Amino acid sequence: MRIYVTSVFVDDQAKALKFYTDALGFMVKNDVPVGDHRWLTVVSKEEPGGTELLLEPSEHPAVKPFKDALVTDGIPATSFQVQDLNAEFARLRGLGVAFTVAPMDAGPVRMAVLDDTCGNLIQLIEMKRNP
Amino acid sequence: MNDEDLDLVFKSLGDPTRRRILDLLKERSERSLFEICAASFSADGKSLSRQTISQHLDMLERAGLITTSWKGRTKTHSLNAAPMKRATTQWLKKHL
Repeated sequence: MRIYVTSVFVDDQAKALKFYTDALGFMVKNDVPVGDHRWLTVVSKEEPGGTELLLEPSEHPAVKPFKDALVTDGIPATSFQVQDLNAEFARLRGLGVAFTVAPMDAGPVRMAVLDDTCGNLIQLIEMKRNP
Repeated sequence: MNDEDLDLVFKSLGDPTRRRILDLLKERSERSLFEICAASFSADGKSLSRQTISQHLDMLERAGLITTSWKGRTKTHSLNAAPMKRATTQWLKKHL
């Protein structure tokens, strides 16, 4: 058994696709029409065969209160790993991406938190190198 | 500041985690619950549950030692040292 997909609930799939590809730099893996929505997944360009991220519609009534409560407490919906957090922070801010937490130390990692414009906060982490 | 307010301030300060939270908010204000948890883990390697931190924040807010505001859709917490200053002038100072 392997984990081939994980998901974030997005308010608008088209808008999410733009953000997750144009800003975050992922690429589309699957885009299949399913009813009113799409089975829409992206993957990292660094790992095209890796776990897919499903941009899942926020349609179910339980989703909005759940997402809102997480955002209120500043809790990210998911987390992505980067090689150089400061460089990504600068690059994304240059693209107009809003961060709720600027790069900071958090134990064995450094982290920052951004707004994906689709109702989620997303954590970026950089693993600290072992001294 | 009446006795009840004074009690709340001293009671709030009588806990190491709450004092640590105030230190973290002095370093940087307008921090979310998530950020306070991360900062507290980073500071001493001890992981406290969000629920625990959340309860401490409620206590600090009741004592007026922190204030909350909204940064976008995220609730943030900031230090408010005024009640500590009042507690000092009103009572502590008599003995200093």
